Amino acid sequence: MSKPKVATTSLAGCFGCHMSLLDIDERILELVELIDFDKSPIDDIKTFSNRCAVGLVEGGCCNEENVHVLQEFRKHCDVLISFGDCATMGGIPAMRNNIPLTECFDEAYRSGLTVYNPDNIVPNDPELPLLLDKVYPAHEVVKMDYFLPGCPPSADTLWAVLTALLTNQPVELPYELLKYD
Amino acid sequence: MGDAMKIEQICKSFNNDRTRLMDIVRTIQETFGYVPPEHYELIAREANTHRVEVESVVSFYSFLSDRKQGGVVLRLCNDIIDRFKGADAVAEAFEKELGISMGETTPDGLFTLEWTACIGMSDQAPAALANDTVLTHLTPEKVPGILEALRKNPDPQALVAECGDGGNADPLVKAMVQNNICERGEVLLADNDPEAGLRKAMEKTPEEVIADMKESGLRGRGGAGFLAGLKWEFTRNAKGDGKYILCNADEGEPGTFKDRVLLTERADLMIEGMTVAAYCIGAETGIVYLRAEYAYLRALLEEVLNRRRAAGLLGNSICGRDGFNFDIRIQMGAGAYVCGEESSLISSCEGTRGDPGDRPPFPAIAGYKVAPTAVNNVETYCCAARVMDKGPVWFENIGTEHSSGTKMLSICGDCERPGIYELPFGVTVAELLEKVGAENAAAVQIGGPSGQMLDRSQYGRAISFEDLPTGGSIMVFGRQRDLLEVVDAFMEFFVDESCGYCVPCRVGNVLLRNRLERIRNGKGIPEDLAYLEKLGISTRRMSRCGLGQTSPNPILSTLENFRPIYNALVREDRSGLAKSFDVLRAVEPACELTGRRSVIFHA
Ligand SMILES: Cc1cc2nc3c(=O)[nH]c(=O)nc-3n(C[C@H](O)[C@H](O)[C@H](O)COP(=O)(O)O)c2cc1C
Ligand code: SF4
Ligand code: SF4
Ligand code: FES
Repeated sequence: MSKPKVATTSLAGCFGCHMSLLDIDERILELVELIDFDKSPIDDIKTFSNRCAVGLVEGGCCNEENVHVLQEFRKHCDVLISFGDCATMGGIPAMRNNIPLTECFDEAYRSGLTVYNPDNIVPNDPELPLLLDKVYPAHEVVKMDYFLPGCPPSADTLWAVLTALLTNQPVELPYELLKYD
Repeated sequence: MGDAMKIEQICKSFNNDRTRLMDIVRTIQETFGYVPPEHYELIAREANTHRVEVESVVSFYSFLSDRKQGGVVLRLCNDIIDRFKGADAVAEAFEKELGISMGETTPDGLFTLEWTACIGMSDQAPAALANDTVLTHLTPEKVPGILEALRKNPDPQALVAECGDGGNADPLVKAMVQNNICERGEVLLADNDPEAGLRKAMEKTPEEVIADMKESGLRGRGGAGFLAGLKWEFTRNAKGDGKYILCNADEGEPGTFKDRVLLTERADLMIEGMTVAAYCIGAETGIVYLRAEYAYLRALLEEVLNRRRAAGLLGNSICGRDGFNFDIRIQMGAGAYVCGEESSLISSCEGTRGDPGDRPPFPAIAGYKVAPTAVNNVETYCCAARVMDKGPVWFENIGTEHSSGTKMLSICGDCERPGIYELPFGVTVAELLEKVGAENAAAVQIGGPSGQMLDRSQYGRAISFEDLPTGGSIMVFGRQRDLLEVVDAFMEFFVDESCGYCVPCRVGNVLLRNRLERIRNGKGIPEDLAYLEKLGISTRRMSRCGLGQTSPNPILSTLENFRPIYNALVREDRSGLAKSFDVLRAVEPACELTGRRSVIFHA
């Protein structure tokens, strides 16, 4: 039997959650015994090549491209996990949610104290995905199956969850792995 | 006189006492039309408190404002009862005639227009307050006339052409409010022998009075139904001097208006009951916490207090008994539902925000000014006086095994005869519906938004502490009503009234309401129902006070009793994409800002 496939992505996140995944250190060798990575920044595969068992999503959606990628993940993965507070709740990027988008643009590009912008323009290259009105946690855009809190969830937490899922065991997360303060 | 001097005088008239901050800022609001933020510092200094205390009181209570309000503040009840009776059309008429929206003040400074929660006139809806004056049975057609009259004479009291019945016609009240007493029970609304309860209580020792109260089985009429005699015993036995008797006349649960009628018709009986409590607890000071919406009854109550002082029924040496000293003051509220919760009520009496406190310690141990305090509802005190007069056995024999006596029920909504029904505990919902003329009711809400909504199959159940407890609110909904609109309105009420102290209540109620709206908009999936249940139960369990502990009830009780309505609205979705998320709407502001369309989604 071929190994199950895992895809990962970083949407409106800081890549900290992926760094935490890399923090499993040498256990990554054990991990690749269990799985193959499909679309993921870890192996730099840009598009899905196969149906995946698990999709790990870091970050929520702050722009249209995030939405597109997340919808693709939903189509190609059996199980989707929001990992990290940004995916679960919007996190730091969602701090802009109380401020209308125009005001964010004004502050960042037009009238902020350190801004020099005589043409009074905003970034508008067709290559740039359009921002959304707010930052949405992943589950407000597609159905998510599991949520792993933490900023970021620790490597041990991720390890425990992934190995349990991939070996068909119930996930056991002792208090230490879910306690953050 | 300059503003600063006026403020200094107002503070002085309350002895520069920080615990009277509520009265101080209320008086300033009356004088200036608002509480001027530039004077917070001064008020704080004069009242011996901190600026932040002043600001937090002003921002907490909905009847206080830091912006200049109109000479006449029009507050329309936005409860679903009023909405179903046409409050929205009345609001529109006001908006149109005044040229402003709800929440705004006319440029000429004459009018402010606002929504407010139930003002206790649910049997004569749509209702509103014009400053302290109650306006009932409003229609859009009446609006131009009302405004014309107010433009000629800015005193809203002049709008009262015809007074209501009974005490409403008293020269000190002169309100258009009707009592709508439909049934009188033998405990409260029957004729009673004035002061007989107090007289008989004073023939006994305080311990004997408490024993009688316990034997009568009288349970609190305002909330949790705690045994009044037991509460009084705890308060009596608690260590500490200067104990207090507080009467809860906040009546904030939407659809409850029975205390309004007791205050209008049985104020003496209520104060007699408080005096009995003072006698057996050994308290010298009492406070009646009167909700701001009932300010029109204040002069009447003050008069009753004065009359009783003159008759030796309040003050020093009551009824000639040396050492039995007890007097009462009225504390006005300022528009906050949570202040009906006893620890909030105490905070409010102490002149701070109406934040609920942690319990224990209960008020009986450490209440007003940390002294042992008995807090009871208006109706409880009225019953207590009657228990003392007619004896515990008489009282115990009325009602059911665990619910002695009668209950004042205020019934409103889709029925022919809304109003006050004083009935023995044990009366069934079906019997009630027959009395009020609503046999075909599709749903009955028992106990206000914090209570439960019953379907037809449960109309055999009985009003009582053991089956269907209620502070008095009973709302009837006919078949034409969208029950989830009712639920939504109730959730809006809790979102507005949450004091914001704890996350489950402050945030949970908003999330519950958002998800409910998603379902009502046809964007819901079956999993949303489980979400509502789970979040509702967490909110109920994790909230600090009774408000948050009951706020999910509209949703939880309809999920239980009216599940088919929800089931019909949600649809299974296999795509895994959230129906409630509309990417084109989400990119709209960015499209406008950049002047281009989405390459990915605008196909
Ligand atoms: C949010 C909230 C609002 C309340 N509002 C009232 C009220 O308006 N009137 C009232 O008598 N009790 C109200 N209560 C109940 C009081 O906390 C308290 O239990 C009651 O006044 C005790 O008096 P009783 O034992 O005579 O009923 C409220 C409770 C909560 C949690
Ligand atoms: S949850 Fe924390 S670590 Fe993860 S993407 Fe967000 S900010 Fe970064
Ligand atoms: S439950 Fe609600 S009203 Fe009560 S303390 Fe918490 S936030 Fe305030
Ligand atoms: S006055 Fe409107 S519902 Fe009570």
